[in-house]
Amino acid sequence: MLELKNVSFGVDGNDGGKEIIRDVSLTLPDDKLVVITGPNGGGKSTLARLIVGIEKPVSGNIYLDGEDITEMSITERAGRGIGYAFQQPVRFKGIEVFDLIRLATGKKISSADACEYLSAVGLCARDYIKREVNSSLSGGELKRIEIATVLAKQPRLAIFDEPEAGIDLWSFGNLIDVFAGMRRKIKGSSILIISHQERILNIADEIIVLKDGRVSAKGSREEILPELINTSVAVGYCNGVKGETADD
Amino acid sequence: MIEMDEIQKRILKEVADLHDVPEGAYNIRANGKSLGRESTENIEIIPRDTGDGLTIRIKPGTKRESVHIPVVLSESGLKETVYNDFYIGEGSDVVIVAGCGIDNCGVQDSQHDGIHRFFVGQGARVKYVEKHYGSGDGRGKRILNPVTEIYMEEGSSAELEMVQIKGVDDTNRVTKAELKAGAGLVVRERLMTHDEQKAISTYSIDLNGEGSNADLVSRSVARGSSYQKFDAVINGNAPCSGHTECDAIIMDRGRILAVPGLKANDVDASLVHEAAIGKIAGDQIIKLMTLGLSEEEAEEQIINGFLK
Repeated sequence: MLELKNVSFGVDGNDGGKEIIRDVSLTLPDDKLVVITGPNGGGKSTLARLIVGIEKPVSGNIYLDGEDITEMSITERAGRGIGYAFQQPVRFKGIEVFDLIRLATGKKISSADACEYLSAVGLCARDYIKREVNSSLSGGELKRIEIATVLAKQPRLAIFDEPEAGIDLWSFGNLIDVFAGMRRKIKGSSILIISHQERILNIADEIIVLKDGRVSAKGSREEILPELINTSVAVGYCNGVKGETADD
Repeated sequence: MIEMDEIQKRILKEVADLHDVPEGAYNIRANGKSLGRESTENIEIIPRDTGDGLTIRIKPGTKRESVHIPVVLSESGLKETVYNDFYIGEGSDVVIVAGCGIDNCGVQDSQHDGIHRFFVGQGARVKYVEKHYGSGDGRGKRILNPVTEIYMEEGSSAELEMVQIKGVDDTNRVTKAELKAGAGLVVRERLMTHDEQKAISTYSIDLNGEGSNADLVSRSVARGSSYQKFDAVINGNAPCSGHTECDAIIMDRGRILAVPGLKANDVDASLVHEAAIGKIAGDQIIKLMTLGLSEEEAEEQIINGFLK
């Protein structure tokens, strides 16, 4: 279980400090799929980066299973079972897809093991395993490899920042199968997804709406989703695949 | 039977991936002397009368054969200049593995300057692998100054893989190439310097014949207080295509100077240069840390991949 207690975060701007996350408190129970949604610039990605440890809060605390992880490094949090799929995956010259998957598993693996994770994200493993994770891969391919690295890590808490953005020819249905598969395989695991997509919101157990750095609503899908439909927060599938992405 | 001590065996493994005497033609030089030499039916290795190098003749049409000529220096204070000439016969297809390792535990500098000339016959293909490596904890420097000259006949092709990853204190690499019509040259250089090391790598490639082409890619990492200079000139003297790329990572207090040079002397010469120098991208380190690696482990993986 992940808990955020009174977490605030800001950056220094030219016109003084700017607060991005304001006194956020929330709980992510085990065995749940939680979607954080809200308008662009509302602080969703920042919240994910705070949980992963890329940013440190200026005040407040973060607990994983009761342990205070606020001051822990990214590596320590990864070791405790937090996984993170970047909104914009990173490219590496010289590092092959296989290397990245092997590093994610943290152990020696065979090509067949790595293929399993690539197949799960709809990539023909034979064509990709020896490819460098560089600019020769399309944005969509990189995105799917990024998701495969999180699958390979088998995290107890997996965080996906806009996983559906740019997955080109692959379908939403497959992506949703990936999340279902993770929940089946990793006992008690929870998944946190940042998304505007109605189809992602539709599979949530719980929805958190983040607006202007604050939690403006949270609750079960049944409670929250009807309020969101047809607002700018939730975009339909057709709008989504036209390339709507958040940059916060 | 070749007698080698453990240091010599270790260096041989580093520079030539050899655990024992290689198959095919070879010459193993250690501390200024030949430890063993073998010619084959198609590849003749002849020592120069002056004892300072070899003439290697590969018969026309020789296919899928290799030549190994590793050099090991394990005595402190040894300085040598070695001249090796390779005549690669028309239509042949061979691999040449050179490489030099210096282990210097003493206080005097050890230095090996290898001057290699390649005469690549019409339609011949050659792959040349050269690895340089230094070890030993003595105060004496380990110095390697390789000169590589390649003269390529029509329709020939050459691929040079030149690697210097560790332990060489001072290096001044000079590579020159002249290409006739339809000849193709590919160069892949990998360089890492650390501590107070210095590495200068200079290329001068003349594309003289119609349809000749060259692709030169250097990837390097400068750590510690080391310094590197990459100076690459391609002269397009005919309808030809040339590409050079310097891709470098700086760390700590490392410094790198990249000097791109393209000279088009023919209106149909198409030449491209790319150069990028910078530290490791923060996002790359963060990504690997989210997979559970420490910052140091992440850097190591990124550099290993980059220099692979």
